[in-house]
Amino acid sequence: MKKYKTYLKLFIYSVIFIFVIIISYRSARPRYKPEHFTDIFNDFSWLVNWPKWLDFPLMQPLNSGFDWLIVNYGMFFEGINNFLLGLYTTMKNFLVGLPWPLVIALVIFITYFASGRKASTTILVAFCTFFLGFLSPRYWDKCIMTVCIVLIGMLLCITIGIPVGIAMARNKKVRNALLPILDLMQTIPSFCYLIPGILLFGLGAVPAIIAIFVYAVPPLIRLTDLGIRLVDKEVVEASEAFGASKKQTLWGVQIPLALPNIMQGINQCTMMSLAMVVIASMIGTRGIGDEVLLGLQQLNVGMATEAGIAIVLLAIIFDRITQSYGERLQERTQKKKEIEEHA
Amino acid sequence: MPKIEIKNVYKIFGHSPSKVLPMVREGATKEEVLEKTGHTVGLDNVSISIQEGETFVCMGLSGSGKSTLIRHINRLIDPTAGEVLVEGTNVMDLDQKNLIKFRRHKMSMVFQRFGLFPHKTVIENIGYGLEVQGIKLEERNKTSMEKIEAVGLIGFEHQYPNQLSGGMQQRVGLARALATNTDIMLMDEAFSALDPIIRSDMQKQLIDLQAELKKTIVFISHDLDESLKLGDHIGILNHGRIVQIGSPIDIIMKPADDYVAAFVKDVNRAKVIKAKIIMLTPEQFKSKKEKNSNTIKVNEDSFLDEFLPQVCLTPATVEVVDKSGNIKGYITEKELSKALTKSQADILTKSKTNVGQ
Repeated sequence: MKKYKTYLKLFIYSVIFIFVIIISYRSARPRYKPEHFTDIFNDFSWLVNWPKWLDFPLMQPLNSGFDWLIVNYGMFFEGINNFLLGLYTTMKNFLVGLPWPLVIALVIFITYFASGRKASTTILVAFCTFFLGFLSPRYWDKCIMTVCIVLIGMLLCITIGIPVGIAMARNKKVRNALLPILDLMQTIPSFCYLIPGILLFGLGAVPAIIAIFVYAVPPLIRLTDLGIRLVDKEVVEASEAFGASKKQTLWGVQIPLALPNIMQGINQCTMMSLAMVVIASMIGTRGIGDEVLLGLQQLNVGMATEAGIAIVLLAIIFDRITQSYGERLQERTQKKKEIEEHA
Repeated sequence: MPKIEIKNVYKIFGHSPSKVLPMVREGATKEEVLEKTGHTVGLDNVSISIQEGETFVCMGLSGSGKSTLIRHINRLIDPTAGEVLVEGTNVMDLDQKNLIKFRRHKMSMVFQRFGLFPHKTVIENIGYGLEVQGIKLEERNKTSMEKIEAVGLIGFEHQYPNQLSGGMQQRVGLARALATNTDIMLMDEAFSALDPIIRSDMQKQLIDLQAELKKTIVFISHDLDESLKLGDHIGILNHGRIVQIGSPIDIIMKPADDYVAAFVKDVNRAKVIKAKIIMLTPEQFKSKKEKNSNTIKVNEDSFLDEFLPQVCLTPATVEVVDKSGNIKGYITEKELSKALTKSQADILTKSKTNVGQ
């Protein structure tokens, strides 16, 4: 029974393989092919170097498919573009318009409450924020642009990533279907989706946001999925045994207990967004990444390093805020552990 | 009508359990099934009926399917075949909505590793069963406080579970199960994770609570002493099959097979056998004419070890009396020694008739 199945699989795979080879042979240009296909079996010189007729035609269909997408669904992409661009512009204009001490005060305010009134974290973040402008006054507005792109990217990641992660944790089929896609998203080089991004959304902030989404959402999805699956089985069982519906178990037990992991995912997501926004400067996204690129092009080591430091400071700010918020959520369990250790 | 009835339940774990079912029905052993099909047999033709108000202990070693069995009663696990009837309704017939209702109002559960919610305080944990029913916070807390009092955890209600010791955590688990005030309580190795002294405390607490509340309890245990102490009836599982069901005395005095015999080998019989089980009726006693000059009176429900030391010190005839002091029978040294040595066929027959009362 089992053997029969493996043979069947082997058969199917070989049929597909032969079919693909025939397609590649037929679609190859005539001048690359031998005059008659039987020549292949007479003259074996093609075994030395990779023959030109053994070339699977993927580029053309991809290009025409992409064109078709732009022609037929251009409106759809433009809608997304307008929405994200609008969001970005309003946010950027608001923050740029605000006097800089007020922005620093806002950051301090957010950190203070997110970290649970921790003075050390707040002071660190305040200094980092101050140094962004202090490094070079030009950086201030550019950092704000970068931050806006990162925040919108994050928003997109969270609103889509967390529900998808939850769906993955609850349904094995969904997980099996999505895991290869996540692998693909994580392994495909970022330039491969930056270029189609430009074609679909034009230059600027929007393709950067899309790129952030592709690049930064997989760890968030994975950690949400993992966090929910790691919740003690007996605790979930207890919830069910007392007659909690699936929704009640999810919101009352699974999500609160998975929250430290989800926060870790959000933290990862922020760091990766920041990395991507710098790369995205190469497709014309304005922001602090510009300065690095400019320094690179002019062989100006000082300039590139200075901008690099500004990016690190931004990273510290984001990291400290999300991390300390996550720690505060976890505080309960940690306090408990301390008590146990002392006892 | 029995409160809970489990009828010919099979549970097979694996890819296609229904295909393997006929093989199991024909009597293939767990090992054979695993080797041939890669499926694990969890339960193999289990039938049990549990009466209202009794404590039924399901006993077996790890891997014998006892935890699987208890999860069939509230359908945390669906059986491959067979019926689970609770108060006459087949649990398998319930749709999602009714199943939730059924779990909320009919039964509650206590878990081996407590299954407490680490992000909720003691009082929130205890009120969880009521919370999912949509009962208001005030009312919930009132009930929870009553249960906290019942299990002796006053002063800890705003602590988190991890701040409590194991015994206290399980008390929270017990209180949580009591809070929904259901007729049936399922206890999955509830005391197995506790140290011996705390365990016996908890057992005592459960016995006291049970004397008051008269719930139907299904208790899972791998500890024979615990089973004998708590159970009105005991079912012994081995490799997913029920080997023997009977009262504690039946299990001890008449083990159905070598497996049960190995289980009961080291039991202290004096702690399990009651006076009324081995006593001679007055008629039997008269015909024997072995009367000792000394006599001591014991209650018919007292265990042998309560008066054994006394009899050993000063040989005496034991008069077994009921609550109002009427003499029900006599025990001589001969009966005592018989009861305490292994495999006594005549005690068995006697014990059966007496237990039936």
